[in-house]
Amino acid sequence: MNSLHEFLTMGGYGAYVWSAYGAAAVALLLNAVVPLRRLSRLRAALRRKQTP
Amino acid sequence: MNTSNWTWFHRLGSPPTLYRLADRLAPWFGWAAALGLAAGMYGGLWLAPTDYQQGDAFRIIYIHVPSAYLSMLCYALTAGASAVGLVWRMKLAHAVAVAAAPLGASFTFLALVTGSLWGKPMWGTYWVWDARLTSELILLFLYLGFLALNRAYEDPRSGERAAAVLALVGVVNLPIIHYSVVWWNTLHQGPTVFVGGGSDISPRMLAPLLVMLAAFTCYFVACLAKRVQAEILERERNAAWVKEMLEYS
Repeated sequence: MNSLHEFLTMGGYGAYVWSAYGAAAVALLLNAVVPLRRLSRLRAALRRKQTP
Repeated sequence: MNTSNWTWFHRLGSPPTLYRLADRLAPWFGWAAALGLAAGMYGGLWLAPTDYQQGDAFRIIYIHVPSAYLSMLCYALTAGASAVGLVWRMKLAHAVAVAAAPLGASFTFLALVTGSLWGKPMWGTYWVWDARLTSELILLFLYLGFLALNRAYEDPRSGERAAAVLALVGVVNLPIIHYSVVWWNTLHQGPTVFVGGGSDISPRMLAPLLVMLAAFTCYFVACLAKRVQAEILERERNAAWVKEMLEYS
């Protein structure tokens, strides 16, 4: 890669390359966020049950 | 047999030990994955030279191959844990299998999506019903079937065991995926990275791929650890150690 333009257009394959990386970003983000949220919700629920 | 060699196995079978191990490992693997992904994408999207045949479309390889590799590694883990759960009736093994399956399904989905986005400009089509693509699609259905069976019974134990049997039967699909490009004629390119007598691709293209493979694997371990923790907490919600842990943290 020699220029930003070349990087963004990916030599004419920009739509395919960036869609693929976009799909990967969404999948990786969801895989990380979903279990973290589930775990913190679970902890909170169990704590609430315990207090009384 | 010397029983003391198996103590680590029994210790891993104890929910609090596995929970704490997962809790301790996850951040390390998570940060390693973040660093690896950043370095691998810089190498793959910027530093690596343009392919003389495929132009810049080949750069999809840096997410396609790690996704496909993890889709299979994760299935092997799901099936292996299922086998341990069936044979030794180890509840935690089922928890690991159930935690791994959604991750595997998402990597399979990602491998299929990135593959078809790569196929369109190279082969002229998003999809072809050849052995490699079809067997990878079957892998996705195996994961979905495994997850559905898990919830199909009123008694969760029965669901776990039924799903575990499906996971084991599905192992036959793994060698089919792996050798499909050798056994059958296909549009999909044959093995290029790890072939007998060294790799076919230039080091400047190969290095980022190896980094991405390592980063995806670290990412997988981190996500799996968090999922295993959630599974354990859900199953052990009434255990004394859970109450104690929540009190003192």
